[in-house]
Amino acid sequence: MLLASDVARILIADDEAPARARLRDLLDECRESFALAIVDEARNGREVLEVLNREKIDIVLLDIRMPEIDGMEAARHIAGMAEPPAIIFTTAFDSYAIKAFEVNAIDYLLKPIRVERLLLALGKTRAAPPISRQALDAASNLPRRHLSVHERGKIILVPVADVLYLRAELKYVTVRTAEREHLVEESLTHLEEEFAESFVRIHRNCLVARSAIAGFERNAEESESGWVVVIKGTGEKLPVSRRQHSVVKQFR
Amino acid sequence: MAKLGIVASINQTGAGIRLPNFCNLGVMLRSLLIVNVLLAASAAIRAPSLDAIWFEFLVFAAFGEPVLIVSLVALCYARRWLHAMGYVGALAALAVFEMLVAWLLYEASGSLLFDRRPMSFAQVMFLVFFVTAVTLAYFDLRARALSPAIAEARIQALQARIRPHFLYNSINAVLSLIRSEPRRAERALEDLADLFRVLMADNRTLAPIASEVQLARQYLALESLRLGERLKVTWRTDTMPADALVPPLVLQPLVENAVYHGIEPSDAGGEIEIDIGLAGGQLVMELKNPFPGGGRHSAGNRMAIVNIRERLQLHFDVEASMRSEVKDGTYKVTIRIPYISKAA
Repeated sequence: MLLASDVARILIADDEAPARARLRDLLDECRESFALAIVDEARNGREVLEVLNREKIDIVLLDIRMPEIDGMEAARHIAGMAEPPAIIFTTAFDSYAIKAFEVNAIDYLLKPIRVERLLLALGKTRAAPPISRQALDAASNLPRRHLSVHERGKIILVPVADVLYLRAELKYVTVRTAEREHLVEESLTHLEEEFAESFVRIHRNCLVARSAIAGFERNAEESESGWVVVIKGTGEKLPVSRRQHSVVKQFR
Repeated sequence: MAKLGIVASINQTGAGIRLPNFCNLGVMLRSLLIVNVLLAASAAIRAPSLDAIWFEFLVFAAFGEPVLIVSLVALCYARRWLHAMGYVGALAALAVFEMLVAWLLYEASGSLLFDRRPMSFAQVMFLVFFVTAVTLAYFDLRARALSPAIAEARIQALQARIRPHFLYNSINAVLSLIRSEPRRAERALEDLADLFRVLMADNRTLAPIASEVQLARQYLALESLRLGERLKVTWRTDTMPADALVPPLVLQPLVENAVYHGIEPSDAGGEIEIDIGLAGGQLVMELKNPFPGGGRHSAGNRMAIVNIRERLQLHFDVEASMRSEVKDGTYKVTIRIPYISKAA
Protein backbone atom coordinates (compact mmCIF):
# COMPACT_ATOMS: atom_id res chain seq x y z
CA MET A 1 0.00 0.00 0.00
CA LEU A 2 1.18 3.49 -0.82
CA LEU A 3 2.08 6.00 1.81
CA ALA A 4 0.79 9.54 1.38
CA SER A 5 4.29 10.86 0.83
CA ASP A 6 5.30 8.31 -1.84
CA VAL A 7 5.39 9.15 -5.51
CA ALA A 8 2.92 6.74 -7.12
CA ARG A 9 4.50 4.85 -10.02
CA ILE A 10 1.82 4.44 -12.67
CA LEU A 11 1.39 2.14 -15.66
CA ILE A 12 -1.13 3.10 -18.37
CA ALA A 13 -2.68 0.14 -20.21
CA ASP A 14 -4.92 0.69 -23.25
CA ASP A 15 -4.76 -0.64 -26.80
CA GLU A 16 -5.80 2.70 -28.31
CA ALA A 17 -3.13 5.36 -28.67
CA PRO A 18 -5.54 8.32 -28.28
CA ALA A 19 -6.90 6.80 -25.07
CA ARG A 20 -3.37 6.52 -23.66
CA ALA A 21 -2.62 10.09 -24.70
CA ARG A 22 -5.76 11.30 -22.98
CA LEU A 23 -4.82 9.52 -19.75
CA ARG A 24 -1.35 11.07 -19.88
CA ASP A 25 -2.92 14.52 -20.19
CA LEU A 26 -5.27 13.84 -17.30
CA LEU A 27 -2.52 12.42 -15.08
CA ASP A 28 -0.44 15.52 -15.76
CA GLU A 29 -3.29 17.58 -14.40
CA CYS A 30 -3.40 15.41 -11.28
CA ARG A 31 0.25 15.96 -10.48
CA GLU A 32 -0.39 19.09 -8.42
CA SER A 33 -2.47 17.29 -5.85
CA PHE A 34 -1.17 13.74 -6.24
CA ALA A 35 2.51 12.86 -6.50
CA LEU A 36 2.88 10.51 -9.45
CA ALA A 37 5.24 9.30 -12.14
CA ILE A 38 4.12 7.70 -15.40
CA VAL A 39 6.52 4.79 -15.64
CA ASP A 40 5.37 3.04 -18.79
CA GLU A 41 2.53 2.23 -21.16
CA ALA A 42 1.15 -1.11 -22.32
CA ARG A 43 -1.07 -1.99 -25.28
CA ASN A 44 -2.41 -5.30 -24.02
CA GLY A 45 -2.49 -7.56 -20.99
CA ARG A 46 0.69 -9.36 -21.93
CA GLU A 47 2.63 -6.09 -22.05
CA VAL A 48 1.17 -5.12 -18.67
CA LEU A 49 2.61 -8.26 -17.09
CA GLU A 50 5.93 -7.74 -18.86
CA VAL A 51 6.21 -4.25 -17.41
CA LEU A 52 5.28 -5.55 -13.96
CA ASN A 53 8.06 -8.15 -14.23
CA ARG A 54 10.50 -5.37 -15.02
CA GLU A 55 9.42 -2.35 -13.00
CA LYS A 56 8.00 -1.60 -9.62
CA ILE A 57 4.49 -0.30 -10.27
CA ASP A 58 2.05 1.05 -7.69
CA ILE A 59 -1.01 1.73 -9.82
CA VAL A 60 -2.18 0.21 -13.12
CA LEU A 61 -4.79 2.09 -15.12
CA LEU A 62 -6.21 -0.93 -16.89
CA ASP A 63 -8.53 -0.88 -19.91
CA ILE A 64 -10.86 -3.88 -19.90
CA ARG A 65 -11.19 -4.54 -23.61
CA MET A 66 -7.73 -5.17 -25.05
CA PRO A 67 -6.52 -7.69 -27.64
CA GLU A 68 -4.86 -11.03 -26.80
CA ILE A 69 -4.99 -10.81 -22.99
CA ASP A 70 -7.73 -8.44 -21.90
CA GLY A 71 -7.77 -6.28 -18.80
CA MET A 72 -9.92 -8.67 -16.83
CA GLU A 73 -7.54 -11.59 -17.31
CA ALA A 74 -4.47 -9.43 -16.68
CA ALA A 75 -6.02 -8.29 -13.40
CA ARG A 76 -6.57 -11.90 -12.32
CA HIS A 77 -2.91 -12.67 -12.93
CA ILE A 78 -1.85 -9.50 -11.14
CA ALA A 79 -3.97 -10.40 -8.11
CA GLY A 80 -1.81 -13.50 -7.60
CA MET A 81 1.33 -11.40 -7.04
CA ALA A 82 2.84 -11.19 -3.58
CA GLU A 83 2.66 -7.38 -3.63
CA PRO A 84 0.20 -6.53 -6.35
CA PRO A 85 -0.16 -2.95 -7.60
CA ALA A 86 -3.52 -1.22 -7.19
CA ILE A 87 -5.74 -1.62 -10.27
CA ILE A 88 -8.03 1.08 -11.59
CA PHE A 89 -10.20 -0.34 -14.37
CA THR A 90 -11.19 1.90 -17.27
CA THR A 91 -13.88 1.15 -19.84
CA ALA A 92 -15.85 3.00 -22.47
CA PHE A 93 -18.84 0.74 -22.33
CA ASP A 94 -19.09 -2.85 -21.32
CA SER A 95 -22.48 -3.58 -19.82
CA TYR A 96 -21.41 -6.99 -18.55
CA ALA A 97 -18.24 -5.79 -16.83
CA ILE A 98 -19.95 -2.77 -15.31
CA LYS A 99 -22.70 -4.90 -13.81
CA ALA A 100 -20.16 -7.40 -12.51
CA PHE A 101 -18.05 -4.62 -10.98
CA GLU A 102 -21.05 -3.16 -9.20
CA VAL A 103 -21.99 -6.55 -7.79
CA ASN A 104 -18.46 -7.25 -6.60
CA ALA A 105 -17.74 -3.72 -5.35
CA ILE A 106 -14.88 -3.15 -7.79
CA ASP A 107 -14.20 0.48 -8.65
CA TYR A 108 -13.91 1.52 -12.29
CA LEU A 109 -13.68 4.66 -14.42
CA LEU A 110 -15.94 5.31 -17.40
CA LYS A 111 -14.35 6.78 -20.51
CA PRO A 112 -14.28 9.62 -21.27
CA ILE A 113 -12.74 10.03 -17.84
CA ARG A 114 -13.08 13.26 -15.86
CA VAL A 115 -10.02 14.50 -14.04
CA GLU A 116 -11.95 14.83 -10.73
CA ARG A 117 -13.03 11.22 -10.95
CA LEU A 118 -9.50 10.07 -11.77
CA LEU A 119 -8.07 12.01 -8.84
CA LEU A 120 -10.62 10.42 -6.53
CA ALA A 121 -9.72 6.93 -7.74
CA LEU A 122 -6.00 7.64 -7.35
CA GLY A 123 -6.62 8.85 -3.80
CA LYS A 124 -8.51 5.66 -2.93
CA THR A 125 -5.49 3.53 -3.80
CA ARG A 126 -3.69 5.04 -0.79
CA ALA A 127 -6.22 3.61 1.60
CA ALA A 128 -8.00 0.66 0.07
CA PRO A 129 -6.62 -2.88 -0.05
CA PRO A 130 -6.02 -4.33 -3.53
CA ILE A 131 -8.96 -5.93 -5.29
CA SER A 132 -9.22 -9.55 -4.18
CA ARG A 133 -8.71 -12.44 -6.53
CA GLN A 134 -12.14 -13.80 -5.50
CA ALA A 135 -13.90 -10.59 -6.51
CA LEU A 136 -12.12 -10.57 -9.88
CA ASP A 137 -12.93 -14.22 -10.53
CA ALA A 138 -16.55 -13.60 -9.67
CA ALA A 139 -16.69 -10.59 -12.00
CA SER A 140 -15.27 -12.53 -14.97
CA ASN A 141 -17.54 -14.31 -17.38
CA LEU A 142 -14.80 -15.87 -19.49
CA PRO A 143 -12.20 -18.45 -18.57
CA ARG A 144 -8.62 -17.17 -18.58
CA ARG A 145 -6.48 -18.01 -21.57
CA HIS A 146 -3.42 -18.47 -19.38
CA LEU A 147 -2.48 -19.71 -15.96
CA SER A 148 0.02 -17.56 -14.11
CA VAL A 149 2.99 -19.03 -12.32
CA HIS A 150 4.57 -16.69 -9.79
CA GLU A 151 8.26 -17.37 -9.44
CA ARG A 152 10.57 -15.07 -7.51
CA GLY A 153 8.26 -12.10 -7.91
CA LYS A 154 7.89 -12.65 -11.67
CA ILE A 155 4.76 -13.72 -13.52
CA ILE A 156 5.15 -16.51 -16.06
CA LEU A 157 2.17 -17.20 -18.29
CA VAL A 158 1.28 -20.75 -19.31
CA PRO A 159 -1.28 -20.87 -22.15
CA VAL A 160 -4.23 -23.00 -21.05
CA ALA A 161 -4.21 -24.54 -24.54
CA ASP A 162 -0.76 -26.03 -23.79
CA VAL A 163 -1.79 -27.68 -20.54
CA LEU A 164 -2.10 -31.49 -20.63
CA TYR A 165 -3.41 -32.00 -17.13
CA LEU A 166 -3.74 -30.36 -13.72
CA ARG A 167 -3.00 -32.36 -10.59
CA ALA A 168 -3.64 -31.23 -7.03
CA GLU A 169 -0.78 -31.68 -4.59
CA LEU A 170 -1.23 -30.41 -1.05
CA LYS A 171 -1.78 -26.65 -1.37
CA TYR A 172 -0.53 -26.41 -4.95
CA VAL A 173 -1.70 -27.58 -8.33
CA THR A 174 0.83 -29.03 -10.73
CA VAL A 175 0.35 -27.74 -14.27
CA ARG A 176 1.74 -30.22 -16.78
CA THR A 177 2.61 -29.09 -20.31
CA ALA A 178 4.46 -31.10 -22.96
CA GLU A 179 7.72 -29.40 -21.94
CA ARG A 180 7.63 -29.11 -18.15
CA GLU A 181 5.72 -28.82 -14.93
CA HIS A 182 4.72 -25.65 -13.08
CA LEU A 183 3.21 -25.06 -9.67
CA VAL A 184 0.27 -22.70 -9.27
CA GLU A 185 -1.53 -21.66 -6.12
CA GLU A 186 -5.09 -22.39 -7.15
CA SER A 187 -7.87 -24.69 -6.09
CA LEU A 188 -8.64 -27.61 -8.37
CA THR A 189 -12.36 -27.12 -7.78
CA HIS A 190 -12.19 -23.53 -9.04
CA LEU A 191 -10.12 -24.57 -12.02
CA GLU A 192 -12.65 -27.29 -12.82
CA GLU A 193 -15.47 -24.72 -12.80
CA GLU A 194 -13.56 -22.18 -14.85
CA PHE A 195 -12.37 -24.63 -17.52
CA ALA A 196 -15.34 -26.98 -17.57
CA GLU A 197 -15.44 -26.77 -21.36
CA SER A 198 -11.89 -27.86 -22.02
CA PHE A 199 -11.01 -30.05 -19.01
CA VAL A 200 -12.58 -33.14 -17.52
CA ARG A 201 -12.13 -34.57 -14.03
CA ILE A 202 -10.80 -38.12 -13.98
CA HIS A 203 -9.86 -38.33 -10.32
CA ARG A 204 -10.38 -36.46 -7.05
CA ASN A 205 -7.00 -34.81 -7.60
CA CYS A 206 -6.79 -34.59 -11.38
CA LEU A 207 -8.26 -32.68 -14.35
CA VAL A 208 -7.25 -33.69 -17.87
CA ALA A 209 -7.50 -31.50 -20.98
CA ARG A 210 -10.03 -33.10 -23.30
CA SER A 211 -7.70 -32.47 -26.23
CA ALA A 212 -4.82 -34.26 -24.43
CA ILE A 213 -6.61 -37.59 -24.08
CA ALA A 214 -5.04 -40.12 -26.45
CA GLY A 215 -7.19 -42.96 -25.17
CA PHE A 216 -7.99 -45.27 -22.28
CA GLU A 217 -6.31 -48.49 -21.20
CA ARG A 218 -7.32 -51.22 -18.84
CA ASN A 219 -4.98 -51.31 -15.86
CA ALA A 220 -6.40 -52.90 -12.73
CA GLU A 221 -3.20 -52.50 -10.68
CA GLU A 222 -2.80 -48.73 -10.90
CA SER A 223 -6.42 -47.72 -10.96
CA GLU A 224 -9.36 -48.46 -8.71
CA SER A 225 -11.79 -48.22 -11.64
CA GLY A 226 -9.58 -50.48 -13.76
CA TRP A 227 -8.94 -47.74 -16.31
CA VAL A 228 -6.12 -45.27 -16.95
CA VAL A 229 -6.07 -42.25 -19.27
CA VAL A 230 -3.20 -42.18 -21.77
CA ILE A 231 -1.90 -38.65 -22.35
CA LYS A 232 -1.08 -37.54 -25.89
CA GLY A 233 2.56 -36.86 -26.59
CA THR A 234 4.04 -37.81 -23.22
CA GLY A 235 2.33 -41.22 -23.04
CA GLU A 236 1.81 -40.78 -19.30
CA LYS A 237 -0.91 -42.91 -17.73
CA LEU A 238 -3.20 -41.37 -15.13
CA PRO A 239 -5.63 -43.43 -13.07
CA VAL A 240 -9.36 -42.89 -13.39
CA SER A 241 -11.19 -43.07 -10.07
CA ARG A 242 -14.26 -45.23 -9.59
CA ARG A 243 -16.44 -42.14 -9.16
CA GLN A 244 -15.28 -40.69 -12.48
CA HIS A 245 -15.67 -43.99 -14.33
CA SER A 246 -18.41 -42.48 -16.52
CA VAL A 247 -15.73 -40.36 -18.22
CA VAL A 248 -14.38 -43.48 -19.90
CA LYS A 249 -17.74 -44.21 -21.48
CA GLN A 250 -18.20 -40.61 -22.49
CA PHE A 251 -15.04 -40.72 -24.60
CA ARG A 252 -15.30 -44.23 -26.01
CA MET B 1 -38.28 -6.08 -61.96
CA ALA B 2 -36.29 -2.97 -61.17
CA LYS B 3 -38.97 -0.37 -60.59
CA LEU B 4 -41.15 -2.67 -58.59
CA GLY B 5 -38.93 -2.69 -55.57
CA ILE B 6 -39.43 1.02 -55.12
CA VAL B 7 -43.15 0.55 -55.20
CA ALA B 8 -42.72 -2.18 -52.61
CA SER B 9 -41.04 0.15 -50.20
CA ILE B 10 -43.37 3.04 -50.94
CA ASN B 11 -46.33 0.72 -50.51
CA GLN B 12 -45.16 -0.33 -47.14
CA THR B 13 -45.30 3.19 -45.83
CA GLY B 14 -48.37 4.52 -47.65
CA ALA B 15 -52.06 3.76 -47.82
CA GLY B 16 -51.48 1.29 -50.63
CA ILE B 17 -50.02 -1.14 -48.15
CA ARG B 18 -53.10 -3.37 -48.16
CA LEU B 19 -52.73 -4.23 -51.82
CA PRO B 20 -49.82 -6.53 -52.54
CA ASN B 21 -47.15 -5.59 -55.04
CA PHE B 22 -47.95 -8.19 -57.70
CA CYS B 23 -44.56 -7.78 -59.35
CA ASN B 24 -42.71 -9.01 -56.29
CA LEU B 25 -41.52 -12.57 -56.64
CA GLY B 26 -42.60 -13.34 -53.09
CA VAL B 27 -46.15 -12.16 -53.78
CA MET B 28 -46.24 -14.21 -56.99
CA LEU B 29 -45.08 -17.36 -55.23
CA ARG B 30 -47.53 -16.88 -52.40
CA SER B 31 -50.39 -16.32 -54.87
CA LEU B 32 -49.45 -19.46 -56.77
CA LEU B 33 -49.41 -21.44 -53.56
CA ILE B 34 -52.76 -20.14 -52.25
CA VAL B 35 -54.57 -20.61 -55.55
CA ASN B 36 -53.24 -24.12 -56.05
CA VAL B 37 -54.11 -25.14 -52.52
CA LEU B 38 -57.66 -23.87 -53.06
CA LEU B 39 -57.88 -25.67 -56.42
CA ALA B 40 -56.67 -28.87 -54.79
CA ALA B 41 -59.27 -28.50 -52.07
CA SER B 42 -62.02 -27.94 -54.63
CA ALA B 43 -60.81 -30.96 -56.57
CA ALA B 44 -60.88 -33.08 -53.43
CA ILE B 45 -64.48 -32.05 -52.74
CA ARG B 46 -65.65 -32.72 -56.28
CA ALA B 47 -63.84 -35.99 -56.82
CA PRO B 48 -66.02 -39.10 -56.38
CA SER B 49 -63.09 -41.16 -55.06
CA LEU B 50 -59.60 -40.65 -53.67
CA ASP B 51 -57.95 -41.79 -56.92
CA ALA B 52 -59.93 -39.28 -58.94
CA ILE B 53 -58.66 -36.25 -57.02
CA TRP B 54 -55.54 -35.98 -59.17
CA PHE B 55 -57.55 -35.93 -62.38
CA GLU B 56 -59.98 -33.39 -61.04
CA PHE B 57 -57.08 -31.23 -59.92
CA LEU B 58 -55.53 -31.36 -63.39
CA VAL B 59 -58.80 -30.21 -64.93
CA PHE B 60 -59.00 -27.35 -62.45
CA ALA B 61 -55.35 -26.47 -62.94
CA ALA B 62 -55.64 -26.47 -66.73
CA PHE B 63 -58.19 -23.74 -66.34
CA GLY B 64 -56.95 -22.07 -63.14
CA GLU B 65 -53.23 -21.73 -63.92
CA PRO B 66 -53.69 -19.63 -67.09
CA VAL B 67 -56.14 -17.36 -65.29
CA LEU B 68 -53.66 -16.89 -62.46
CA ILE B 69 -50.66 -16.21 -64.64
CA VAL B 70 -52.48 -13.84 -66.97
CA SER B 71 -53.83 -12.04 -63.90
CA LEU B 72 -50.45 -11.70 -62.20
CA VAL B 73 -48.77 -10.33 -65.30
CA ALA B 74 -51.61 -7.91 -65.98
CA LEU B 75 -51.82 -6.77 -62.35
CA CYS B 76 -48.10 -6.23 -62.23
CA TYR B 77 -48.38 -3.79 -65.15
CA ALA B 78 -51.59 -2.21 -63.91
CA ARG B 79 -50.48 -1.68 -60.31
CA ARG B 80 -50.13 2.14 -60.63
CA TRP B 81 -53.76 2.45 -61.77
CA LEU B 82 -54.85 0.12 -59.02
CA HIS B 83 -53.07 2.15 -56.37
CA ALA B 84 -54.60 5.33 -57.77
CA MET B 85 -58.10 3.86 -57.26
CA GLY B 86 -57.79 3.38 -53.52
CA TYR B 87 -58.31 0.08 -51.77
CA VAL B 88 -62.06 -0.42 -52.27
CA GLY B 89 -61.98 0.76 -55.89
CA ALA B 90 -59.03 -1.50 -56.57
CA LEU B 91 -60.85 -4.47 -55.04
CA ALA B 92 -63.88 -3.89 -57.25
CA ALA B 93 -61.70 -3.48 -60.32
CA LEU B 94 -59.82 -6.65 -59.44
CA ALA B 95 -63.01 -8.64 -59.04
CA VAL B 96 -64.38 -7.43 -62.38
CA PHE B 97 -61.04 -8.06 -64.07
CA GLU B 98 -60.72 -11.60 -62.72
CA MET B 99 -64.28 -12.45 -63.86
CA LEU B 100 -63.46 -11.05 -67.27
CA VAL B 101 -60.31 -13.15 -67.62
CA ALA B 102 -62.18 -16.20 -66.38
CA TRP B 103 -65.03 -15.60 -68.80
CA LEU B 104 -62.64 -15.24 -71.76
CA LEU B 105 -60.79 -18.40 -70.83
CA TYR B 106 -64.03 -20.22 -70.16
CA GLU B 107 -65.23 -19.38 -73.66
CA ALA B 108 -61.87 -20.27 -75.16
CA SER B 109 -61.62 -23.55 -73.29
CA GLY B 110 -65.10 -24.45 -74.40
CA SER B 111 -64.13 -24.31 -78.03
CA LEU B 112 -60.52 -25.47 -77.80
CA LEU B 113 -59.62 -27.62 -74.84
CA PHE B 114 -62.48 -29.67 -73.57
CA ASP B 115 -65.16 -31.71 -75.22
CA ARG B 116 -67.20 -31.30 -72.09
CA ARG B 117 -67.01 -28.47 -69.60
CA PRO B 118 -66.38 -29.64 -66.04
CA MET B 119 -68.49 -26.93 -64.46
CA SER B 120 -71.21 -24.53 -65.27
CA PHE B 121 -70.36 -20.89 -65.95
CA ALA B 122 -71.92 -19.82 -62.64
CA GLN B 123 -69.78 -22.31 -60.71
CA VAL B 124 -66.62 -21.12 -62.43
CA MET B 125 -67.48 -17.50 -61.67
CA PHE B 126 -68.12 -18.33 -58.04
CA LEU B 127 -64.83 -20.22 -57.77
CA VAL B 128 -62.84 -17.38 -59.39
CA PHE B 129 -64.50 -14.81 -57.18
CA PHE B 130 -63.91 -16.89 -54.06
CA VAL B 131 -60.24 -17.61 -54.81
CA THR B 132 -59.58 -13.94 -55.63
CA ALA B 133 -61.21 -12.82 -52.39
CA VAL B 134 -59.28 -15.32 -50.25
CA THR B 135 -55.96 -14.36 -51.86
CA LEU B 136 -56.53 -10.64 -51.38
CA ALA B 137 -57.72 -11.15 -47.82
CA TYR B 138 -54.54 -13.08 -47.12
CA PHE B 139 -52.34 -10.27 -48.43
CA ASP B 140 -54.34 -7.69 -46.50
CA LEU B 141 -53.89 -9.67 -43.28
CA ARG B 142 -50.21 -10.20 -44.00
CA ALA B 143 -49.68 -6.50 -44.59
CA ARG B 144 -51.45 -5.67 -41.34
CA ALA B 145 -49.36 -8.21 -39.46
CA LEU B 146 -46.16 -6.82 -40.92
CA SER B 147 -46.90 -3.10 -40.84
CA PRO B 148 -45.96 -2.62 -37.18
CA ALA B 149 -42.77 -4.43 -38.06
CA ILE B 150 -42.13 -1.89 -40.80
CA ALA B 151 -42.63 1.01 -38.43
CA GLU B 152 -40.40 -0.80 -36.02
CA ALA B 153 -37.75 -1.41 -38.63
CA ARG B 154 -36.73 2.19 -38.26
CA ILE B 155 -36.40 1.95 -34.50
CA GLN B 156 -34.63 -1.38 -34.82
CA ALA B 157 -32.22 0.15 -37.26
CA LEU B 158 -31.44 2.69 -34.59
CA GLN B 159 -31.24 0.34 -31.69
CA ALA B 160 -29.11 -2.31 -33.25
CA ARG B 161 -26.74 0.25 -34.66
CA ILE B 162 -23.65 1.90 -33.33
CA ARG B 163 -22.44 0.20 -30.23
CA PRO B 164 -22.25 2.56 -27.27
CA HIS B 165 -18.74 1.19 -26.99
CA PHE B 166 -17.92 2.93 -30.28
CA LEU B 167 -19.58 6.21 -29.31
CA TYR B 168 -17.74 6.61 -26.02
CA ASN B 169 -14.41 5.43 -27.37
CA SER B 170 -14.72 7.90 -30.26
CA ILE B 171 -15.56 10.78 -27.96
CA ASN B 172 -12.60 9.76 -25.85
CA ALA B 173 -10.36 9.76 -28.91
CA VAL B 174 -11.61 13.20 -29.95
CA LEU B 175 -10.96 14.52 -26.43
CA SER B 176 -7.38 13.31 -26.67
CA LEU B 177 -6.91 15.22 -29.93
CA ILE B 178 -8.36 18.56 -28.89
CA ARG B 179 -5.16 19.83 -27.27
CA SER B 180 -2.61 18.39 -29.66
CA GLU B 181 -4.39 18.27 -33.04
CA PRO B 182 -7.44 20.51 -33.00
CA ARG B 183 -7.94 20.20 -36.78
CA ARG B 184 -8.21 16.43 -36.64
CA ALA B 185 -10.53 16.71 -33.67
CA GLU B 186 -12.81 18.99 -35.71
CA ARG B 187 -12.87 16.57 -38.63
CA ALA B 188 -13.68 13.68 -36.29
CA LEU B 189 -16.56 15.54 -34.66
CA GLU B 190 -17.96 16.38 -38.10
CA ASP B 191 -17.83 12.71 -39.06
CA LEU B 192 -19.51 11.77 -35.82
CA ALA B 193 -22.26 14.34 -36.43
CA ASP B 194 -22.88 13.01 -39.96
CA LEU B 195 -23.04 9.48 -38.67
CA PHE B 196 -25.63 10.36 -36.10
CA ARG B 197 -27.64 12.44 -38.56
CA VAL B 198 -28.20 9.26 -40.57
CA LEU B 199 -28.89 7.23 -37.45
CA MET B 200 -31.54 9.65 -36.29
CA ALA B 201 -33.13 10.00 -39.74
CA ASP B 202 -36.30 8.30 -40.91
CA ASN B 203 -34.81 5.12 -42.28
CA ARG B 204 -37.90 3.51 -43.76
CA THR B 205 -37.33 4.41 -47.38
CA LEU B 206 -34.51 3.11 -49.52
CA ALA B 207 -31.32 5.14 -49.90
CA PRO B 208 -28.70 5.25 -52.67
CA ILE B 209 -25.74 2.91 -52.13
CA ALA B 210 -23.35 5.83 -52.66
CA SER B 211 -24.50 7.50 -49.46
CA GLU B 212 -24.24 4.19 -47.60
CA VAL B 213 -20.65 3.89 -48.78
CA GLN B 214 -19.96 7.48 -47.70
CA LEU B 215 -21.38 6.72 -44.26
CA ALA B 216 -19.25 3.60 -43.89
CA ARG B 217 -16.17 5.58 -44.91
CA GLN B 218 -16.84 8.23 -42.27
CA TYR B 219 -17.35 5.51 -39.71
CA LEU B 220 -14.06 3.88 -40.67
CA ALA B 221 -12.28 7.24 -40.49
CA LEU B 222 -13.38 7.51 -36.86
CA GLU B 223 -12.32 3.97 -36.12
CA SER B 224 -8.89 4.46 -37.64
CA LEU B 225 -8.48 7.44 -35.34
CA ARG B 226 -8.68 5.02 -32.43
CA LEU B 227 -7.05 1.97 -33.94
CA GLY B 228 -4.35 3.63 -36.02
CA GLU B 229 -2.38 1.26 -38.20
CA ARG B 230 -4.16 -1.80 -36.87
CA LEU B 231 -7.08 -1.01 -39.18
CA LYS B 232 -6.56 -1.44 -42.92
CA VAL B 233 -9.43 -1.11 -45.37
CA THR B 234 -9.63 -1.98 -49.07
CA TRP B 235 -12.60 -0.77 -51.10
CA ARG B 236 -13.43 -2.20 -54.52
CA THR B 237 -16.39 -0.28 -55.93
CA ASP B 238 -15.45 0.10 -59.63
CA THR B 239 -18.60 -1.58 -60.92
CA MET B 240 -20.85 -0.20 -58.22
CA PRO B 241 -23.92 1.60 -59.63
CA ALA B 242 -23.95 4.68 -57.40
CA ASP B 243 -27.70 5.13 -57.83
CA ALA B 244 -28.66 1.64 -56.68
CA LEU B 245 -31.18 1.80 -53.83
CA VAL B 246 -30.64 -0.17 -50.65
CA PRO B 247 -32.18 -0.20 -47.18
CA PRO B 248 -30.43 2.48 -45.10
CA LEU B 249 -27.79 1.30 -42.64
CA VAL B 250 -27.21 -1.95 -44.44
CA LEU B 251 -23.45 -1.51 -44.83
CA GLN B 252 -22.28 0.42 -41.77
CA PRO B 253 -23.41 -2.19 -39.23
CA LEU B 254 -21.52 -4.88 -41.13
CA VAL B 255 -18.40 -2.73 -41.21
CA GLU B 256 -18.81 -2.06 -37.50
CA ASN B 257 -19.06 -5.79 -36.85
CA ALA B 258 -15.93 -6.37 -38.90
CA VAL B 259 -13.99 -3.84 -36.82
CA TYR B 260 -15.35 -5.12 -33.52
CA HIS B 261 -14.83 -8.81 -34.15
CA GLY B 262 -12.10 -8.86 -36.76
CA ILE B 263 -9.72 -6.01 -35.93
CA GLU B 264 -10.06 -5.00 -32.28
CA PRO B 265 -9.37 -8.43 -30.74
CA SER B 266 -6.07 -8.68 -32.60
CA ASP B 267 -2.85 -7.02 -31.54
CA ALA B 268 -1.56 -6.69 -35.09
CA GLY B 269 -4.94 -5.68 -36.50
CA GLY B 270 -5.97 -6.73 -39.99
CA GLU B 271 -7.61 -5.84 -43.24
CA ILE B 272 -11.27 -5.33 -44.07
CA GLU B 273 -12.15 -5.85 -47.73
CA ILE B 274 -15.35 -4.44 -49.17
CA ASP B 275 -16.48 -5.29 -52.70
CA ILE B 276 -19.61 -3.75 -54.16
CA GLY B 277 -20.70 -4.35 -57.74
CA LEU B 278 -23.32 -5.54 -60.18
CA ALA B 279 -23.70 -9.21 -61.04
CA GLY B 280 -26.55 -10.60 -63.09
CA GLY B 281 -28.82 -7.61 -62.53
CA GLN B 282 -28.25 -7.78 -58.79
CA LEU B 283 -26.37 -5.49 -56.50
CA VAL B 284 -23.83 -7.64 -54.67
CA MET B 285 -22.09 -6.43 -51.51
CA GLU B 286 -19.33 -8.56 -50.11
CA LEU B 287 -17.42 -7.86 -46.94
CA LYS B 288 -14.45 -9.82 -45.62
CA ASN B 289 -12.56 -9.52 -42.36
CA PRO B 290 -10.12 -11.65 -40.40
CA PHE B 291 -11.77 -13.97 -37.90
CA PRO B 292 -9.37 -14.39 -34.99
CA GLY B 293 -11.65 -17.04 -33.51
CA GLY B 294 -11.92 -17.88 -29.87
CA GLY B 295 -15.28 -16.14 -29.99
CA ARG B 296 -14.32 -13.91 -27.08
CA HIS B 297 -16.71 -11.15 -27.98
CA SER B 298 -19.35 -13.19 -29.72
CA ALA B 299 -22.22 -12.12 -27.47
CA GLY B 300 -24.67 -9.90 -29.29
CA ASN B 301 -22.86 -9.99 -32.61
CA ARG B 302 -25.77 -11.76 -34.27
CA MET B 303 -27.99 -8.77 -33.54
CA ALA B 304 -26.82 -6.72 -36.50
CA ILE B 305 -27.02 -9.68 -38.86
CA VAL B 306 -30.54 -10.60 -37.75
CA ASN B 307 -31.63 -6.98 -37.97
CA ILE B 308 -30.31 -6.52 -41.51
CA ARG B 309 -31.80 -9.82 -42.64
CA GLU B 310 -35.22 -8.77 -41.31
CA ARG B 311 -35.08 -5.42 -43.04
CA LEU B 312 -33.98 -6.99 -46.32
CA GLN B 313 -36.95 -9.29 -46.09
CA LEU B 314 -39.35 -6.45 -45.33
CA HIS B 315 -38.16 -4.48 -48.34
CA PHE B 316 -37.53 -7.23 -50.89
CA ASP B 317 -39.15 -10.41 -49.57
CA VAL B 318 -37.45 -13.41 -51.19
CA GLU B 319 -35.64 -11.36 -53.82
CA ALA B 320 -32.80 -10.36 -51.49
CA SER B 321 -30.42 -12.70 -49.74
CA MET B 322 -27.74 -12.52 -47.10
CA ARG B 323 -25.14 -15.18 -46.44
CA SER B 324 -22.25 -15.36 -44.04
CA GLU B 325 -19.50 -17.93 -43.71
CA VAL B 326 -16.21 -18.50 -41.95
CA LYS B 327 -13.49 -20.01 -44.06
CA ASP B 328 -9.74 -20.23 -43.47
CA GLY B 329 -9.81 -17.70 -40.67
CA THR B 330 -11.80 -15.19 -42.72
CA TYR B 331 -15.36 -14.11 -42.08
CA LYS B 332 -17.29 -13.28 -45.22
CA VAL B 333 -20.77 -11.85 -45.56
CA THR B 334 -22.51 -11.44 -48.92
CA ILE B 335 -25.71 -9.51 -49.58
CA ARG B 336 -27.61 -9.68 -52.85
CA ILE B 337 -30.31 -7.13 -53.59
CA PRO B 338 -32.26 -6.59 -56.81
CA TYR B 339 -30.76 -3.62 -58.63
CA ILE B 340 -33.26 -0.80 -58.53
CA SER B 341 -32.73 2.90 -59.00
CA LYS B 342 -34.86 6.02 -58.90
CA ALA B 343 -34.36 6.60 -62.61
CA ALA B 344 -35.77 3.24 -63.62
